[in-house]
Amino acid sequence: MLYTKTAAELSSMLRQGQCSSAEIVREQYARIARVDGKVRAFLSLTEEQALKTAAELDGRRAGGEALAPLAGIPLGVKDNICTKDVATTCASRMLESFVPPYSATVMEKLEAAGAIPLGKLNLDEFAMGSSCENSYFQKTANPHDVTRVPGGSSGGSGAAVAAGMAPLSLGSDTGGSIRLPAAFCGVVGLKPTYGTVSRYGLVAFASSLDQIGPLGRSVADVAMLYAAICGGDDMDATSINREYPDFGRALKPDAKGKTIGIPKEYFGKGVDADVADAVMAAARALEGEGARLAEVSLPSTPYALNAYYIISSAEASSNLARFDGVKYGFRADEFEDLTDMYEQTRSQGFGQEVKRRIMLGTYVLSSGYYDAYYKRAKLLQQQMAEEFAGVFATCDCLLTPTSPTTAFKLGENLGSPTKMYAADVCTVTVNIAGLPALSVPCGRDGDGLPIGMQLIGPKFSEQTLLDVAHHYEQLTGGWNQLPEAL
Amino acid sequence: MNYEIVIGLEVHAELCTATKIYCGCKNAFGAEVNSNCCPVCTGMPGTLPTLNEKVVDYAITAGHALHCKINRISKQDRKNYFYPDLPKAYQISQFDVPLCEDGYVDVIVDDSGATKRVGITRIHIEEDAGKLLHHESFEDTLVDFNRCGVPLIEVVSEPDLRSAQDAKAYLETLRSILVYIGVTDGKMQEGSIRCDVNVSVRPEGSAQLGTRCEMKNVNTFSGAMRAIEYESRRQMELIEAGGTVTQETRRWDDDKGVNVLMRSKEDAHDYRYFPEPDLGVIAVARERVDALKASLPELPNAKLLRYMREWGLPRFDAGLLVENPEKAAFFEACTALGTAPAKAVSNWLLGDVSRILNEKHWSLCDTRLTPEGLCGMVAMIEGSEISNTAGKTVLEEMLLHGKAPAEVVKEKGLGQISDTGALEAVAREVLASNAGAVEQYKAGKTNVLGFLVGQCMKASKGQGNPALLRELLLGLMESMGTPRY
Repeated sequence: MLYTKTAAELSSMLRQGQCSSAEIVREQYARIARVDGKVRAFLSLTEEQALKTAAELDGRRAGGEALAPLAGIPLGVKDNICTKDVATTCASRMLESFVPPYSATVMEKLEAAGAIPLGKLNLDEFAMGSSCENSYFQKTANPHDVTRVPGGSSGGSGAAVAAGMAPLSLGSDTGGSIRLPAAFCGVVGLKPTYGTVSRYGLVAFASSLDQIGPLGRSVADVAMLYAAICGGDDMDATSINREYPDFGRALKPDAKGKTIGIPKEYFGKGVDADVADAVMAAARALEGEGARLAEVSLPSTPYALNAYYIISSAEASSNLARFDGVKYGFRADEFEDLTDMYEQTRSQGFGQEVKRRIMLGTYVLSSGYYDAYYKRAKLLQQQMAEEFAGVFATCDCLLTPTSPTTAFKLGENLGSPTKMYAADVCTVTVNIAGLPALSVPCGRDGDGLPIGMQLIGPKFSEQTLLDVAHHYEQLTGGWNQLPEAL
Repeated sequence: MNYEIVIGLEVHAELCTATKIYCGCKNAFGAEVNSNCCPVCTGMPGTLPTLNEKVVDYAITAGHALHCKINRISKQDRKNYFYPDLPKAYQISQFDVPLCEDGYVDVIVDDSGATKRVGITRIHIEEDAGKLLHHESFEDTLVDFNRCGVPLIEVVSEPDLRSAQDAKAYLETLRSILVYIGVTDGKMQEGSIRCDVNVSVRPEGSAQLGTRCEMKNVNTFSGAMRAIEYESRRQMELIEAGGTVTQETRRWDDDKGVNVLMRSKEDAHDYRYFPEPDLGVIAVARERVDALKASLPELPNAKLLRYMREWGLPRFDAGLLVENPEKAAFFEACTALGTAPAKAVSNWLLGDVSRILNEKHWSLCDTRLTPEGLCGMVAMIEGSEISNTAGKTVLEEMLLHGKAPAEVVKEKGLGQISDTGALEAVAREVLASNAGAVEQYKAGKTNVLGFLVGQCMKASKGQGNPALLRELLLGLMESMGTPRY
């Protein structure tokens, strides 16, 4: 039952010779074969390469080499992160045939650390969506209830970890795309401080908000994976060079004496009672451990969704313009002339939601509308960053629900983009302000669906967030059990 | 009605940095198609730009040379449009905060050295696009991405130019400055400098600007003159015929000598500029800005005026020296020695030295000529030690073998003969064998004297002192009853 183990457990078993990496990898593929028919998290598998790497690492370990903690540990990778010689589709028809000749910086780091990619994971097309239903290829199901969505856009990353198909995964988070699936699937997910993980090789959705981050079944696992991928990168001008702690080793239960802010705007209308209750119960549990709770206010929060959809769509409209049928990826079969080639290619190559955002983004950047939309959204972004800075003057971190609801039914919100967008109401503020936030399971609702709480901190406070969450996890035993139904 | 032509120019200059602006690819012209490109400059998904700081240095240097204010904080923006040669479908450029603003350049407009000040609105950095390839040997259109990401500066002038000649003088001055400070190779035939031309016309005396049209695809300076002449005439004829000029972009066709409508104002692109989120602001320390200013050489237009003023060179000669930094430096080394007249040195540099360099496709550094050598040789001519003709031989020896002039003169026996007795014999002989010429001289055709001196020089194998020979000829003819004219 190696697939039930956390990465930390596997790492220690490997070190002690209790299992081999090849065994772990084989068992993961067996688990995938058993349950992914129902979950549909993986878009592609790289079994041959994974087994080869595992054997190599086992050989090195047997030869007495001291390997990194992640060496021999498998993981899944969201399919908008470029993997050399392995198709990277962004779950889009546009990139169905795209095989990058380079790897993302995070993949190079993981390769150096000995982590073993199992395959590529489903997402909303180009990471645009909150349910993972906007994939051109397949709809991923929530392992806890396969009639429900896993959350998005990193739905495959959340579902694969929750279903025991991988102990770890990489997602990307532009407005909540790691944290929402983590909450819906009952796993831990970290959206790091903007600039702490290189974006080189992450197919851009909204460059100023995108950030790659880890998902896992425990806080310790997430800390370990984050430590392996963070750091400045000469290939990414927005990445930040600084001393990063070894988050995994430094992890300690540490809620005592911490001031935890409870922003009232995150508990208002639209938040399910089960969700609010579970998050407040967690807050009181932490209080019981010596944390101090403080009600705080972030008054701009109600405008965050609007600002987020303006900024992210504006950047997306520009970032996705390169998919024009000229160089790589999909090109329409029939067209009249150059303009028609562009129109046919983009009409057929992109899905509905992607086209909606491109239209929205093009509109808000248009001459005559720029000031009314984009510029005002950027002003709001500044204001929100200042409000956060204000509360962090007195709080170590904030505690909120990750999502106002638990996982909804597949298809339930597809007819209403605005209802779908509302799922992001608690998460987008973090991206707008460039902050780190951690989603941690904190209970189940009446239907037995996972509830996630979100810890938000000032820039570079990942260690604090991980320590508080770790404390909570140790206190409660976590809520990370694999779903029995699968 | 008389019209005034108003012209503003947008000049794109490719910077000669070793690598491209946002990736490590080589910045080189003429490489095999699609060999100088990588995932970054071809806009592959997930790739990111990182700014080549050399580009910032070059642009600031250009800003200093054009007397601009340097914005120590500036930013980059995306200019969005679709075209197959633009792989990201946006060009990274600078929109509202360029690196340099509010400058000027003094353009020399006539042979007296009179100048006209042309305002520089701004200089910004941006990336070049690729090239579309069409050929009968293949179907469709192919794209060469080698030029993608080649760094450019765009230099935008104020509408201060009033004629095609003005525009040409401005372009030549701008090019010489940019080449001089080493930011571009200035090679027109390789497209290193290209320009868009804005033209409007207005009734003479009017203070208001007319509606302007922009012309694209102007690739040479003479083409710019033709394009301006054509477009201004088109606008004047339009107005004379009762029409009005509408703001539009027109494509110049230099072969046909006409321009054609590309797009009207209504069809103008909406580039949807917004700040480039993949790159931070460009922050330049004051020390760096100052150091770049301190490293500026004397600019060619200032140098040209100085050569005219200090050394009395004609504008044309001064211009020829200045446009070649190597020759200018050599000339200055000669003037610093002060052992030979500057004008004579300049004549030799622009005359025989340049001729030999052209023949051999050399530059000065390929030769063994030194300022000391050239000045020494010129001084020997000035001091009548050798003739001009002998000087040419001395020059070749110095140039090819690095010999000192006195050494060559000695070896080859080139010393000028100033011995009156020896030369008088030569003069007598020449007069005797050129009786016809002597008769003509007697009849008042005084320019025959030059011919006779030439004959003496020939007879003395170039070594006779021509001034002395002239005196001797005149004296001998006088004694033969011919008056001095």
